[in-house]
Amino acid sequence: MSLWRQATRGLWTLTHRRAADQDIADEVRHYLELQAAEGGPRGHATMVQEQVRSYGWENVVDQVIADTRYAGRRLLASPGFATVAALTLAVGIGASTAIFSAVNPILFEPLPYPDAGRVVMISDRDAGGGRQDVTFGTYAELAARSRSFSALAVAKPWQPTMIGGAEPERLDGQRVSAGYFQAIGIPPHLGHDFDAADDRPHGQNVVIISDALWRRDTTILGRQLTLDGSRFTVIGVMPRGYDNVLQPSAQIWSLLQYESSAPFLRDVGNHDTREWGHHLTMIGRVRSGSSTETARRELLDLARTPTLEFARPFWASLDDGLLVHALQDDVTSGVRPALLAILGAVLLVLAIACLNVTNLLLARGVQRRGELAMRAALGAGRARIIRQLLTESLLLALLGGVLGLALSTVGTRALVALSPPELPRVNAIGIDGMAFLFAFGITTICGVGIGLIPALQSTRNLRTRRHHSMRGALVITEVALALVLLVGAGLLLRSLNHLFGVSPGFDPSRVLTMQVQDAHERPQFFAQALDAVRRVPGVTSAAFTSQLPLSGEADGYGAHMESNSRSDESGDFSALRYTASPAYPRTLGIALRRGRLLDDHDVAGRPHVVLVSESFAKRNLPGQDPIGQRLRLGPDTTWATIVGVVADVKQLSLAGDQTDAVYTTTTQWSWVDAKQSLVVRTRGDAAALVSAIKAAIWSVDKDQPIVRVALMDDLVAQSEAKRHFALTVFEAFGLAALALAAIGLYGVLSGTVTERLREIGVRSALGASPAALLTLIVREGMTLASLGVALGLLGAIIASRAITTLLFGVSALDPTTYLGVIIVLLGVSGLACWLPAQRASGVAPLIALRTS
Amino acid sequence: MEEKNTDVIQGTLDLLILKTLSLAPLHGFGIARRVEQVSRGVFKVNPGSLLVALQRLERAGWLDAEWRQTENARRAKFYTLTKAGKKQLEVETEDWTRRAGAVMRLLKAEG
Repeated sequence: MSLWRQATRGLWTLTHRRAADQDIADEVRHYLELQAAEGGPRGHATMVQEQVRSYGWENVVDQVIADTRYAGRRLLASPGFATVAALTLAVGIGASTAIFSAVNPILFEPLPYPDAGRVVMISDRDAGGGRQDVTFGTYAELAARSRSFSALAVAKPWQPTMIGGAEPERLDGQRVSAGYFQAIGIPPHLGHDFDAADDRPHGQNVVIISDALWRRDTTILGRQLTLDGSRFTVIGVMPRGYDNVLQPSAQIWSLLQYESSAPFLRDVGNHDTREWGHHLTMIGRVRSGSSTETARRELLDLARTPTLEFARPFWASLDDGLLVHALQDDVTSGVRPALLAILGAVLLVLAIACLNVTNLLLARGVQRRGELAMRAALGAGRARIIRQLLTESLLLALLGGVLGLALSTVGTRALVALSPPELPRVNAIGIDGMAFLFAFGITTICGVGIGLIPALQSTRNLRTRRHHSMRGALVITEVALALVLLVGAGLLLRSLNHLFGVSPGFDPSRVLTMQVQDAHERPQFFAQALDAVRRVPGVTSAAFTSQLPLSGEADGYGAHMESNSRSDESGDFSALRYTASPAYPRTLGIALRRGRLLDDHDVAGRPHVVLVSESFAKRNLPGQDPIGQRLRLGPDTTWATIVGVVADVKQLSLAGDQTDAVYTTTTQWSWVDAKQSLVVRTRGDAAALVSAIKAAIWSVDKDQPIVRVALMDDLVAQSEAKRHFALTVFEAFGLAALALAAIGLYGVLSGTVTERLREIGVRSALGASPAALLTLIVREGMTLASLGVALGLLGAIIASRAITTLLFGVSALDPTTYLGVIIVLLGVSGLACWLPAQRASGVAPLIALRTS
Repeated sequence: MEEKNTDVIQGTLDLLILKTLSLAPLHGFGIARRVEQVSRGVFKVNPGSLLVALQRLERAGWLDAEWRQTENARRAKFYTLTKAGKKQLEVETEDWTRRAGAVMRLLKAEG
């Protein structure tokens, strides 16, 4: 009742101000007339009216509106100041909002799954503590023995070729076990989920497709698709906006169809099946009532206690345990340091922008002394004036915020375009409710932040000196923050230079790569295609390989040296497997260190031979001659002889360590890789040959898709995309910070020169030379800059630790970087000082005296 | 909104208004006159404070306000106690009695 009256009475007063005032006036007049008539004191009608009028919340609203109107008029009166200030804030707020919108879904929001915290990723742990994909055998055992999960599932990438459209199309998808979507927690919204009964060899061929794929033909549910030459029935459609974080580009899912009992039916030691290859990603949904920690402990227990029923081969013995991480951490851990560093950087830019506007407001405060004094004389209290000034700065911030929000929509688009391929949840990046709230929040904070100091300063009766020291302090802070940012940018720049100076182990120039696929796994197709490519004019050499360096692939197999006994654990280790044409090392320019390369005589039926990498020989055969030693690789039971040692090749990243590698020829490898990468070295511009090479392959079979066409040079560059992304952002922010700091310094010195015009004039009249005046002003500016640099150095030393993981080959305290940044910053500061100093040195004594 | 010091003891103005209006609806000056008369001039009411208090009590739902003709044919804003106002008067009366009693006991004990 009373709240209702409060609201309605207040609203009525707001909307009928004149009638409400009349009402009060009538009542007061009646009161005072009666009082006077009865011989009481003659009251002051206006004062009583004012007192009565001031009651009610609506008056606060009224005042805010009046303040805002006034603030708006003040800003309109100095459009130059308003534009510069609003734009500066817009850059800060816009950049922060854009970065926040990109970082928020990845770092702070839970994955878009129900109870996302219960979803964990489970990986095999290798002897070095590193992670490895799990085998199907491990999954089958854990699925049978564990009790903590409501669903466990495995998945592997799957790129089926779909025929039926105008041309063959390669889709990106996954082969999963039946419980995959239960583990994720999101079922198909049309049709139904996988049936465990179909998840066995020769089970029904069924697929679930993404919403995007379904939209191409909305009648597809229940009908069949032709994938890799087989018919698959579409049984379900995932909801629109379903984010498949394990493989974001996937749009089609089929069942793995492995036999769960198969891994354990065979004799121990004869695990030469796909079920025991480390090639699956495992996720699990922790049962409600159990915790992630309980589940983790249970899995480790199971790993430690093998049973006879679930016999394990030595390469999947789980002796080193399992790694269990929240899926969220797993998806984001790779990019977390870079994103946090970028978020930190953008907040620094925002801080510098705010400091700059604060400085502008302080300068304006000096000019507005007269106006404020007048208002104070007319009876405005200090609190009232501060409120008025804060309204002005808030309005300014709001202006900047609106512009910034517009900027940030452009910014997020640029970020998505620039983003490294490993950035997860890119689809979720955009200006959403949270980003909007963030923008509103920082706008408010900025509004109060930039306004508070100037408001307090200009309402106090301060000597000019104090006033200057405040502006000086602000400029020092700006320079310091800019230095922190520039050091970050500098360190990243030097890291990238170092990285691109690292030899990848091969010669990437003039090499074209593409992935060719043959769903039928016909070796003759690849052989004929290779012949056709070699005949293309301009091609000097060509080869197929099962995996391409720096392409994101990492196909590791368990290797076993003959010279070590089975019981000796150190004889078993993981090595990268390259099954390639004999011409592969020559084509890519991988140097031969010892022995011989493979050649066209090393074919099936001849003794099996392999090449190993230098670090393989060093690590696994220390002090021995590797040539002539024999090894077994993965499921292949045949012993192969090492005939040559080749240079190490960077497979995962330029920064990464050398991994052991084994090269076999395509013909001697017992299986055929359906998906192979073609490597072509050309005489001239490699990019110019793309269509000729594609045509050559299609002349053999026009139904096979060719994807991932890339220059090797680009793959090398992309392998450092994350660092490059961080560097681009840091460079942009660093330059913005440098410009803002320079403008701030310039602004303060210009103000000083204007205010000290008389003093300068007197000095000039007393015989100070222009050079002396120049020195006077430059010295003042450079003192501020130097103090800023000193403070910034401290900050940079602390802050650069945050980007240590992004650095390569430089220490976070790299002296060259620090020195370079200091020189740049002092140089730009010098320039910013020079212009106002130049003006001061040209002051004619008379003019200076006259202006006062 | 801020309460100016009145000659009436702080916090008792509401009680005096409610009590006065419980006898009959009155306009602003009518209330002031009655309070002064009944208190034999002990309480002097400041018009500004009184009118603000009336607004506040009206918004609290304890009074209703209405423009009416006075006996000498003039328009005046009359205040009437509402049901909620009557209840509030009881509460405040009890509260006041309790406090006044306590103060009296203290004073006597001191003396």
